[in-house]
Amino acid sequence: MPEAAGEKWRADVVGIFFIIAVGACLALMGAAWGIDTPFQAQMWTMLAAFILGGAALLSQIAKPPVADKASRYENGVIKAGVFASMFWGVAGLLVGLIIALQLAFPNIFYFPDFGWLNFGRLRPLHTSAVIFAFGGNVLIATSFYVVQRTCRARLAGGLWPWLVFWGYQLFIVLAGTGYLMGITEGREYAEPPWYTDLWLTIVWVVYLLVFLGTIWKRQEKHIYVANWFYLAFIVTIAMLHIVNNLAIPVDFAGSFSYSLFSGVQDALTQWWYGHNAVGFFLTAGFLAIMYYFIPKRAERPVYSYRLSIIHFWALIFLYIWAGPHHLHYTALPQWAQTLGMTFSLMLWMPSWGGMINGLMTLSGAWDKLRTDPVLRMLVVSVAFYGMSTFEGPMMSIRAVNSLSHYTDWTIGHVHSGALGWVGFVSFGALYCLVPWLWKRQRLFSIALVDWHFWLATIGIVLYITSMWVAGIMQGLMWRAYNEFGFLEYSFVETVQAMHPYYIIRALGGGLYLAGALIMAYNLWRTARGDAPALERASDVPAAGVLAAAE
Amino acid sequence: MTNHTERDDISGTETTGHEWDGLKELDTPLPRWWLYIFYATIAVAVVYWVLMPAWPIGNSFTPGTLHFSDRRNVATDVATLQQARAPMYERLSHATPADIERDPQLQQFARAAGESAFGDHCRTCHGAGGGGQPGYPNLTDDVWLWGGSVGDIEHTIRVGIRSSSPETRMSMMPAFGRLQMLTPAQISDSTEYVISLGPAAARLHPDNAAAARGSAIYGVQCAACHGATGAGDRTMGAPSLRDDVWLYGGSREEIRKQIELGRGGVMPTWESTLDPGTIRALAFYVHELGGGEPDAPASPAASIPTNGAPAASNGAAVAPTQSPAQPSGATR
Repeated sequence: MPEAAGEKWRADVVGIFFIIAVGACLALMGAAWGIDTPFQAQMWTMLAAFILGGAALLSQIAKPPVADKASRYENGVIKAGVFASMFWGVAGLLVGLIIALQLAFPNIFYFPDFGWLNFGRLRPLHTSAVIFAFGGNVLIATSFYVVQRTCRARLAGGLWPWLVFWGYQLFIVLAGTGYLMGITEGREYAEPPWYTDLWLTIVWVVYLLVFLGTIWKRQEKHIYVANWFYLAFIVTIAMLHIVNNLAIPVDFAGSFSYSLFSGVQDALTQWWYGHNAVGFFLTAGFLAIMYYFIPKRAERPVYSYRLSIIHFWALIFLYIWAGPHHLHYTALPQWAQTLGMTFSLMLWMPSWGGMINGLMTLSGAWDKLRTDPVLRMLVVSVAFYGMSTFEGPMMSIRAVNSLSHYTDWTIGHVHSGALGWVGFVSFGALYCLVPWLWKRQRLFSIALVDWHFWLATIGIVLYITSMWVAGIMQGLMWRAYNEFGFLEYSFVETVQAMHPYYIIRALGGGLYLAGALIMAYNLWRTARGDAPALERASDVPAAGVLAAAE
Repeated sequence: MTNHTERDDISGTETTGHEWDGLKELDTPLPRWWLYIFYATIAVAVVYWVLMPAWPIGNSFTPGTLHFSDRRNVATDVATLQQARAPMYERLSHATPADIERDPQLQQFARAAGESAFGDHCRTCHGAGGGGQPGYPNLTDDVWLWGGSVGDIEHTIRVGIRSSSPETRMSMMPAFGRLQMLTPAQISDSTEYVISLGPAAARLHPDNAAAARGSAIYGVQCAACHGATGAGDRTMGAPSLRDDVWLYGGSREEIRKQIELGRGGVMPTWESTLDPGTIRALAFYVHELGGGEPDAPASPAASIPTNGAPAASNGAAVAPTQSPAQPSGATR
């Protein structure tokens, strides 16, 4: 249907041009009337991005792309996503290492002349860079790859996927530079200000429509399990993002806004968002990656279809209730804490359903772990997933939480999930994707993947064990009383006691970053052509199949 | 897609017959252990809902058969603890330092309460153990800017230094250099003179000619507060310049810098944050850290918070020089 494609191509150009034009006008107004310099700087950034976007769009009209005509699938935007993932991944880990060093050596890594390098500004930069910039780009890129292959359909929407990609990068840049200048909503993992939130909403809705459109025109009767998880991730993140960011700007020419909720309701909304960002961004999205890349790499069927259905729906239904466990022993009414805790407990097995399906898919292919470090990385990621999804429900129990809450145990828990599960499953997927996308027989160097695997694994072990010890020690010191009922230790003594563990943590983070740098080098050499090319591109189906499909 | 299932050779399980991009699924039943643990967690949740506050109903909630309430429990716990401590605090707030010294039980209690409060509120600036750091006085030595008796220390804790309290201990050293009250050369000369006043001279070997010139400047600019001999004046918190203890560092450059900038820190007033018993305990604890001076016998800082008593003990009775045989100096 070439003529229909031509029509659609024009519609997407008009639509994107409209968004860019309106956005550029608003950005220019903001830059002109902005009430403070940081806001003006953000508006200039936005304006520059829209002008560049408009120029890129015009060059597309002048010279319609022909490169991808040979392929059945849209690959360009996925390749760009691989680049962006690796770039933001390294950047986010580097900022993480810097703030770990600031905590370990506060006298050395303290820059009083550069306020924007303070821990308070770098910390959200780190979390947003690794979760949203790295993780988000991995999710968008892999979802575009997987949905096309498992639906046997080209990505819907012509140039719209490119708006998703570049629009998302603009969101990252606006959020990150905003944090450094001190622009924040002060909501954990939802720090971007109202205009950045609005922009992300537009991008996200387009992402949802592109994904749905591709599923709509699929040529498979059934929808593959990975796509359920991707769709759950996209839909739920849209809902969470919008509700948690309902706010009224103090001035439309400024960055500050007030939340629509107040007091404990605001706190609950925030942690309903915060925990489901973990559940639907960092769990459901990456389970989708797991469900495609592990069976693909192991060349084995998924272990249990029934388990995938039951654990999917159980996970979706239960996760959304678990947020209040972040507010144990606070002003939140106890009944809400009860619900948060019990739903977290019930979440244990639904979470492990994904682990079982990931691990057991390897039955009959375990020997590949010896020779294929990429598959090993994917499998270890599932093991870490299982570990942190056991630890999570355990920490949600109120009695356990009274010890663990506010301590570095939480930080260790988050990083066993983030470095072990999210990081490793992403690395595994990227190691698979690059040879597939650039049509190479294999990666540039398998030995370097091995190096990456071991450096990163040792790094994670150092990180999480040091944080367990530090966190539990911290919790015990906080609750130690003498015979008169006075606190045994002052706060600063607990900080002093954690010093050695902070150094070990920074060391672990450094090893993890070193592994990621090795990976970036390896992927770059692979993509550049230092690995042998495929003899026949598997993406190009035989002419007969294509004709039948049309 | 046609629905034709096949048998997987390795597991012996049938597939579902679907295939996407080469991916198939086995029709393995749910693992029993998985299912039973899932049921068990649901059962635990239901039992917990029955026992504890759980489900919202309109403006209320199901209270649970145990009628458990964290809020009530914590209020009870705090009240119990306060009740248990109340008699000791009561005795503490009426006790003179000498009373505390005499009564081992009271002494132990004051030490524990003081240490806890010190850890929470003072340690950040004065350091673990009260050793101080540049700009924050050492509380373990014999040198006191505003007096080192329990009464003096208590008054300082109550009103703070240059704090928001109307009664605060207030004094400023002028920034002779920054405000251009003295030229750089005059500051250098004054520095040499200040060094020559005490034991620092042995370390730093002052320039005698410069010190002689500085002596004249000292007489005009500094003697009013630091005294003609440099012994300092506790009524205005002016430190002694003859003891080789320096709040902002004892090198030539640091002494010079202090004359140039006249820095003075701020200590908060704790009156509105801490209760009188805790402040008394804190004063006792700091006094005990080392170098504490005896209270003037005539003015027991008995009933707190009265403003007169500490003020009386502050300026009037305390001798500026340290008595070597004071009782509590060696406790640490």
